[in-house]
Amino acid sequence: MSAHDHHLDGHLPHEPEKATLEGRNKILGFWLFLGAETVLFGTLFAAFIALRHQVLDGPTADHLFELPMVFAATMILLVSSLASVFAVQALHQHKVKAMIVWLIITILLGLSFLGLEIYEFNTYVSEGHKLTTSAFSSSFYTLVGFHGAHVAFGVLWIGLLIAQIFKKGLTVVTAPKIYVSAIYWHFIDVVWVFIFTVVYLMGKVG
Amino acid sequence: MAAHAHTVKRYRGLMDWLTTVDHKKIGILYLIAGGFFFLIGGLEAILIRIQLIKPMNDFVGADTFNQLITMHGTTMIFLAAMPMLFALMNAVIPLQIGARDVAFPFLNSLGFWTFFAGGVLLNISWFAGDIPDAGWTSYVPLAGPMYAGGHGVDYYLMGLQIAGIGTLIGGINFMATIINMRAPGMSFMRMPMFTWAIFITSALIVFAFPVLTVGLVALTFDRLFQANFFETGNGGNAVLWEHIFWVFGHPEVYILILPAFGVISEVVSTFSRKRLFGYSSMVFATVLIAFLGFMVWAHHMFTTGLGPVANGLFSIATMLIAVPTGVKIFNWLFTLWGGSISFTSASLFAIGFIPTFVMGGVTGVMLAVAPADFQYHDTYFVVAHFHYVIVGGLIFGIFSGLHYWWPKMFGRVLNEKLGKATFWTFFIGFHMTFFIQHFLGLIGMPRRVWTYLPGQDFDTMNAVSTVGAFLMGIGTILFIVNVIVSAANKKPVADDPWEDGRSLEWSIPSPPPEYNFKQLPLVRSYDAWWNEKQKGNTEMPPAEPVGPIHMPSPSILPLVMSIGLFAAALGFMYDHLIVAIGGLVVTFGSMFLRSVFDDHGFHIEPEEQEKGVHA
Amino acid sequence: MMNRWRVFKRLLPLMAGMALLLSACGRDDLSTLSPQGPVAQKQFDLMTLSISIMALVVVVVFAICIYVLIRFRRRKGDNTVPKQVEGNHTLEIIWTVIPIILLLILGVPTINSVFGLSKDYSKDPEAVQVTVTSHQYWWEFEYPEYGIKTAQDLIVPTGRKIQFKLASGDVTHAFWIPSIGGKIDTNAGLGTTNKLYLEFPKEGVFRGKCAELCGPSHSLMDFKAKAVSQESFDRWVAAMKAPVAMPADENVKAAFESKCLSCHAIGETNAGSAAPNLTGIGSRQTVGGILYNDEKSVEENLKNWIAHAQTIKPGNQMPDVSTDVSYGPGKGTTATGLTQEELDGIAKYLASQKLEY
Repeated sequence: MSAHDHHLDGHLPHEPEKATLEGRNKILGFWLFLGAETVLFGTLFAAFIALRHQVLDGPTADHLFELPMVFAATMILLVSSLASVFAVQALHQHKVKAMIVWLIITILLGLSFLGLEIYEFNTYVSEGHKLTTSAFSSSFYTLVGFHGAHVAFGVLWIGLLIAQIFKKGLTVVTAPKIYVSAIYWHFIDVVWVFIFTVVYLMGKVG
Repeated sequence: MAAHAHTVKRYRGLMDWLTTVDHKKIGILYLIAGGFFFLIGGLEAILIRIQLIKPMNDFVGADTFNQLITMHGTTMIFLAAMPMLFALMNAVIPLQIGARDVAFPFLNSLGFWTFFAGGVLLNISWFAGDIPDAGWTSYVPLAGPMYAGGHGVDYYLMGLQIAGIGTLIGGINFMATIINMRAPGMSFMRMPMFTWAIFITSALIVFAFPVLTVGLVALTFDRLFQANFFETGNGGNAVLWEHIFWVFGHPEVYILILPAFGVISEVVSTFSRKRLFGYSSMVFATVLIAFLGFMVWAHHMFTTGLGPVANGLFSIATMLIAVPTGVKIFNWLFTLWGGSISFTSASLFAIGFIPTFVMGGVTGVMLAVAPADFQYHDTYFVVAHFHYVIVGGLIFGIFSGLHYWWPKMFGRVLNEKLGKATFWTFFIGFHMTFFIQHFLGLIGMPRRVWTYLPGQDFDTMNAVSTVGAFLMGIGTILFIVNVIVSAANKKPVADDPWEDGRSLEWSIPSPPPEYNFKQLPLVRSYDAWWNEKQKGNTEMPPAEPVGPIHMPSPSILPLVMSIGLFAAALGFMYDHLIVAIGGLVVTFGSMFLRSVFDDHGFHIEPEEQEKGVHA
Repeated sequence: MMNRWRVFKRLLPLMAGMALLLSACGRDDLSTLSPQGPVAQKQFDLMTLSISIMALVVVVVFAICIYVLIRFRRRKGDNTVPKQVEGNHTLEIIWTVIPIILLLILGVPTINSVFGLSKDYSKDPEAVQVTVTSHQYWWEFEYPEYGIKTAQDLIVPTGRKIQFKLASGDVTHAFWIPSIGGKIDTNAGLGTTNKLYLEFPKEGVFRGKCAELCGPSHSLMDFKAKAVSQESFDRWVAAMKAPVAMPADENVKAAFESKCLSCHAIGETNAGSAAPNLTGIGSRQTVGGILYNDEKSVEENLKNWIAHAQTIKPGNQMPDVSTDVSYGPGKGTTATGLTQEELDGIAKYLASQKLEY
C-alpha cells in the first residue's frame, strides 16, 4: 500500500518474503492466524481429554492404538518438517530448483503420512471404533481428523505453490507464500507431536 | 514502473459495493447490515415484552417465545452489536493510525460477506419454519438432537460458524493493521484510546472465537453425524458444552464492551477539550481487563455444580475485574473534571454511558459473590445486569460513536435536535425497561419465562418494563429519522466538524478520499492533530513526498466465497450432499483463483489526487 | 471528605427506606428478599452487604458525575482551552486501592459462605435425604430412606437439614426455592449429580421454580415445598406407604389402568419414573404445579388438566383427551381419547386420593 514499494529489477533481497509491506503483513497475519489455530486445537485437546475415558462398549485406546505405526507416521511428519526448513533455506539463497525439490519432498512425505492415517482409521472402523461409537471415539476422530484435514490442505496448498513457482518464478509476491506455508507446515508438525503424546502415548499408558 | 500499466476495472453503483475492498465502504456495509439486524433483534425484543406485559398472556405461543428469545440474543450479540462495532473499527481505525487501508483489504471484504452470509442464514430460519429455540447459549441436552429435533439449532450452528469466520478474519486483520500499518512516529503509546481498545478487542477475538468454532463443530457433529460429545447417554458430557461456550462467551463480553470503552474515551476527551486523563493507566487497565476476561468464565456456571473450590476461585477472579474497570470510570470522570464540556448528542450518549455502565458493573460484582449468585442466577436480575452492560454500555457507546464519527463516515452531520431526542427517549426507556427487572429477579422471577402466573407480584413491574421497551423502540426510530433527514441535507462538512478533534481522522476531509492520506502524516505526539492545531498548524506534517498511491483492486470473490459457504451449510443441514460439496467447491475454487491470479492493484497518480478522487 | 461523608449520612435513611420498600414487595413464600430459612438468610446477608458497598460506589460516582457536569459545562461562546492534564498518580493510586479494599470486605465473607453453604449432609443421620429428579416440566422427589416417591409437592419436616441429591431425567433444569435458598442445576449424565442442603425452620408452603431454560413450558415448571412438623411428616410417610385402592367403577378402572397407569404410578403399582407419581394427589397444593387447588377444587383442576394438558402446559408429555402431543419431548404421543364419563370418573377418583397427615 505504500507509495514506495520495493521495485526489484530482478534483484531479490536476501529475505524476499519480507521485502514488501504486503509480505510482512502476510507473515504477521499468518502468525496471528496460527495463534487462533493453537486455541482451536487446544480446545479440541481439552474436549478429548475430558471424554477420553468414555468408551462405552467400544474398544479402548489401549486396545486400539499400535504405537509402531503411529511412531512411523510421527517420524515421517518430522522429516517433512525438516524438508520444509531446507526449502526455506533454499529460498533465502534464491536456489529455486533446490527449493522446489525440497517442497516436493515435503508434500510426498505429507502424502505418505495421510496414507498411513487413512489406513489407521480404516483399521479402527473395522474394529468397531466409529465416530458414533462413544464420546471417546467422537472426540478422537474430531481431533485427529482435524489435524489430518490440515495436513491434506497443506499438501494441496504447497502443491499449488510449486505450480506457481514454475509459472511465476521466485518473486517478492511468491516468496511470502512459500514462507508462510512453511510456518503452517511446522505448526501442523508441532500439533502432531502433541497428538502423539496426549492421544497415543497417554492412551497406551492409561 | 510496470505495475502502473495495469488497468483495473472499476465498478460503479451496486457492483462497486459488492466488490469494494475499501475499509470505509466496508464500514458502511457493516453499519447497514448490523443496523438491519439490530432492527430485527429489536422487533423480537418488543414482541417478547408484549408477551410479558401481563400474566398468562397468549400473544405468542410457548414455542414461539423460546424462538424469539433465542433469536433476539443471538442476533443482537453476533449480528447487530459486533457488526456495528466492526463498522466503527473499519471507518475509523486506519484513519486514526494514519494508514491508507487495512493490512488485508481483500480479507476485510471477505470478513464482511461471511458475517452477512451467516446472519442471513440464521434469519432465514424464520422462513424455513425451523427456528432455533434453545437460547443463545444453546445448552445441551436441550439443543441436542434428542430434544431439539428439526433444523432449528442447525441454523444457529451453521449461521454462527460462518459469521464466526468473518469475525475471526476481522480480528486478525485489525491486529495486523495496528501492528504493521501505523504512520511514521505513531508509537504504541501514542495511539488513540479507541485504537488501543480495538487492538485488544482483536486479540480477544483471535483467542476466543476458535473456542466457539470447536464448540459449534462438536454440536454440529452430534446433531448431523450422531457423534457423542454431549450425548449424556453415550458417555458425552453436557457440562463440557457449558465450559466451551463460556470460555468463549466471557471474553466475548469484553469483545463487546472494550470498543465501547474506546469510543467513550475519544468522545469524552473531545467534548471536554481535554487530554484523556491517565492515558497509560487506561491502556494498562484495558489490557488487564482482557487478560482477566479469559479466567472468569465459570462465574456463568456457579450453579452448575463445580464445587466450592472452583466457585470460590472464580468469585475472587471476577471481583478483581472491578478494579481496572473502576480505574477507567474514574479516569473518564477526571477527564471531564476541569474540562469545557459541550453537550452534543455524541457526548450525551457518552455521559449517559458512565453512570449506566457503573450500575451494570456493580451488579456484576454482586453476581460475582457465588453464594448470592445462587439466588440471582438465571433470574431477571441477570437479565437486567447484562442489558445494563450491553445496552447501557455497548449500545450507548455505539450510538455515541455513530453521532461522533457520522460526519467522517458520510460527510453529513446528524441533526442535533433529533440526536438529543434519540438520547433522551432511549435513555429513559432503557432505565425504565431494565432497572425494574433487577427487582423482578430478586422477588423470584426466573429469566426466559414465556409467561407467569398472576398473584406473584410480577404484574406491575412487567408492565412498566414493557412500556420502557416501547420508548427504546421510539428512540431507535428517531435515530433512523435522523439518518434520513441528515442524508437529505446536502451541506458539506468541515474536516474537523467538532473543531476539537484530537486524532488523525479529523485532519483529513470528511469523507476522506479513497486513499485517506495524500501524504502519510508524521506523528509527533499523542493527540497528534490536537497538538498540531495548538501549534497553529492547519495540517499534519507529511512523512513522505507526494507520489503515486498504490491501491488494491476490487474483487467479487469474497461475495462468491460467502455464497459458497452459505450453500454448503444448507446442503449439509438438509442432506443434499451435492449442494454441500458444490458450495465448498465454489469457496475453495475462489481461494484457488485468488492465489493463482496476483492482484497488482492500481495507482492513483498525483494529478488525479488533485482532482480529488472521492470514495 | 467531610462533605462526602455528610452526603452519605443523609442518604443512609433513604437507602434504608428503599430496602424496606423492596422487602415489602414480593411474596414471602417466593421472594429472595424475605428469607424463610438460614440458607436464604445467609445469601440475603451477602446480598445486603454487596448492595450496600455497591450503593456507596454508585453514590460516589453519581455525585462526582453530577458535580462535574454542572461545574464544567461549556458556557456559550467559551473558547478557552482547558489545562491539558496527563494524569495524577496519587488519585490513580487512590481509586485503585479503595476498590481493592472494598473487594476484600466483600471477598472474605463470600469465600466463607461458598464453603459453608456447600456442606454435605448425606452421611448425617439427622438429615433427611431427598433425591430430586427433574423431568420436562415436573419434579420427582424420592425419599430413599423411606422408599417413597412423590411429585410436585416436596414434603419436608421442619428443624432438620434436608440434603438433596439432584439430577435430571432429560435436559438441564435448575431447582430453586427462592425464599428458602439459592438454586442448583440438575444435570443429566454420569458424574454431574449435584448436592445441596436446605433448612426449613418454619412450617408453611414455599414456591419452587425451575430456573434453567428447559423447553416451551419452562416457565410453568413450578413446584411446592411444604414444611410440616416432624410428627406430621412421619404420618405423611406412613400414609404414602399405605395400599391404594383402584377406582370402584369397572369402566373407570379399566380406563385408568390402560390410559393413565401406562406412564403414571399410584401406590405400589408401576413405581417407575416416566410420569409423576399420583399417590396422594388429592391433597397436593396444585395440579400440574400451576393449577391451585385453593382457587378451584382439586376435582375441577384435575378435569381441566386431564382434558387440556397440552394447552395448560404446552409441549409436556401428557396428551390431551383430543389433541396429540405435537411438539416437545412427548411429540407423537397420541390423544388419550377418554370419554366424558371416564374423565369425570378418573378425576373424581384422583381427587379422593387424600392423605391424612
